Amino acid sequence: MVQESPRIDEIAFQRADLKTVNPTMTEPTSDFELIIRPKYGLLDLNWRELKEYHELLFFLALREIKIRYKQTVMGASWAVLQPLFTMVVFTLIFGGLAQMPSEGIPYALFSYSGLLLWIYFQNALTNAGNSLVGNAPLLSKVYMPRIFIPTAPCLAGLADYGIAMTILAAMMVYYQFVPTAAVLLLPAIVFLTLLLAAGVGYWLSSISVKYRDVQFALPFFIQLLMFVSPVIYPTDILSGNLQWLLSLNPLTGLINAHRAVLLGHVPVDYIGLGMSAVITIVIFASGVLYLRRTEKYFADLV
Amino acid sequence: MTSRNNKPIIEVKGLSKEYRIGMDRTYKRFTESFTNAVCHPIRTLRENAQPKDTFWALKDINFEVERGEVLGIIGRNGAGKSTLLKILSRITYPTEGEIVMRGRVGSLLEVGTGFHPELTGRENIYFNGAILGMKKKEIDDKFDEIIKFSGVEKFLDTPVKRYSSGMNVRLAFSVAAHLDPEILLVDEVLAVGDAEFQKKCLGKMGEVASEGRTVLFVSHNMGAVRKLCYRGILLSGGQTVYQGSIEDAIDKYVSGISTSVAHRVTYDIDPIKPISILEVEVESPGKHYGEAWDISDPITLTIKYHVKFDIKGVNISVALSREGVVLFRTWDIDDNIDLLRLRKAGNYSARISLPQNVLNSGIYTIYIAAGQPGIGAIIQYPDCLIFELDNLKNDSSQKSYSRGGIFRFPIKWETQRSDKLGRSYD
Repeated sequence: MVQESPRIDEIAFQRADLKTVNPTMTEPTSDFELIIRPKYGLLDLNWRELKEYHELLFFLALREIKIRYKQTVMGASWAVLQPLFTMVVFTLIFGGLAQMPSEGIPYALFSYSGLLLWIYFQNALTNAGNSLVGNAPLLSKVYMPRIFIPTAPCLAGLADYGIAMTILAAMMVYYQFVPTAAVLLLPAIVFLTLLLAAGVGYWLSSISVKYRDVQFALPFFIQLLMFVSPVIYPTDILSGNLQWLLSLNPLTGLINAHRAVLLGHVPVDYIGLGMSAVITIVIFASGVLYLRRTEKYFADLV
Repeated sequence: MTSRNNKPIIEVKGLSKEYRIGMDRTYKRFTESFTNAVCHPIRTLRENAQPKDTFWALKDINFEVERGEVLGIIGRNGAGKSTLLKILSRITYPTEGEIVMRGRVGSLLEVGTGFHPELTGRENIYFNGAILGMKKKEIDDKFDEIIKFSGVEKFLDTPVKRYSSGMNVRLAFSVAAHLDPEILLVDEVLAVGDAEFQKKCLGKMGEVASEGRTVLFVSHNMGAVRKLCYRGILLSGGQTVYQGSIEDAIDKYVSGISTSVAHRVTYDIDPIKPISILEVEVESPGKHYGEAWDISDPITLTIKYHVKFDIKGVNISVALSREGVVLFRTWDIDDNIDLLRLRKAGNYSARISLPQNVLNSGIYTIYIAAGQPGIGAIIQYPDCLIFELDNLKNDSSQKSYSRGGIFRFPIKWETQRSDKLGRSYD
């Protein structure tokens, strides 16, 4: 009831004390102190907070998986149908009509092994890119690490990837392909693809909070990206200069390696994969920084 | 250990928040910025170099909250209450100043954030809880309590899109009510659901407060604020006007309203909302500006609004209040249910007449909202208009007295004189 009069001596004491605060959420009663200030350094990523909220990331990814095929007749079989039908069409057009070379393996197998990773990337990037604008109430009404919102669809897409993988396994049995020991690299390749989709997704979703143009440019961008990735054609049909140019696209190394480790028809191009890994990590890291840098304005702009 | 518990749980020092205004849209098209930069390089540079049109949503706010205190934050629309809560919840950042919070913060700015219509009640409890900052284990522990409070046990495995709007709100509030932080920030969320459920929510809030947790409560419902809070902060124009006991704060708030009569307000189109209120005006036909209004004068209220696209299930709600007490509420769909079924895109103008010779002299405020009946407001402006009624026409003997009371119905008295004692009508 009674208003506290300002205690100047104590305020001075507390100000000195502020430098030693411990911004953790885990020990609520004892040492917990949270400071909210206007500025927020470039490298202040606050890992502790990400760790504190990590359950939420999985909840968001799970939500994404659960709602994806709700109220559809075919449910999760869409995860298979999408790459399967694309493969059939590509095999008829590019493999049949255009007689596209396919590194000496059946074109159906060639294109499906590429499409598998490509469609994962495409869906992850599309959903990540639209995620911040699509979840505007989460931005303006609750606090959480914003980075989880574009990350969740990239994680959720792995479920579709896993389902679609069964078709590849069946095709490999049919065509009698056995993966070599290099298949142990597969998780790393998929993980790098996830980082790439997330990294580009961080950039695009952050920009789209301010500039909605991204929503229109994104499908177009993704469509073009497929034609500069070795999904429907092998890299070696291009001349040396063009091959070099193509290798700047991090998906080139990832898709080639993905195909090579699974089918074992050609040796894995470790240089190409290494280069893709470096570019991917640069894109991911810059995406994280850009999103963390701009996120404080999201609630005001979205 | 030593001095920690003696320190205030929240300290707000010199807090300010600046917003840019003067943009039609809250977002910009990239091409627009681009062509501006190319075609008018000098102007763009100058615009970027010069400070833009800005306003301070909050300016130099200072206060402390002691552990276990229940603090009410009151003030008119645009006073900065919600901005303050958003900064405390870390949704947006301050422009200046600093806040220290010594406890786990849970904020409840909206009920049902993150609810997905396709998911079942059970799934939504988990997702919504996680979004509000609960751990899975915490939700597991409280799960039974949450469903019991919500009263939707039977429909736990039904997608929430099949729920009635009331059920939806009850479930959402139940999750939020079981948040267990040391500092709870609550914004106007009690303004949802039916009266019975509101009462239940208010009870739950009181319970939370009595458990010794610290609560910051923003509301326009003075009754609720008075009931829950001990101390109050009155904000006006982004500044602290008063802090002290809740009774004094409410008194100051109510009398503050009375000094600022507002007969007409205009608002900008909200680019996000499907419906925007453009203009609200209260007038007494035949009266000139500044003339006093009599309790017998006809008073009309005109609401102009814009509907962005064809919408269903939306009403325009008007409430008349006096001293923070709602006297009545009226909906435009009361007379025209077709408007609830479909409201086509376009500009609308609605007019209502307030009853004559009913309201007593005093100061009245008008609340306008566009909302979904039973769910909540899409857009709302509490106390957007203020007008005063005087008792001008009656003769001076009556006028000099203030009889009090809200209403002044023309009540008919029949008085008879009789010489007999006792009952005369046997």
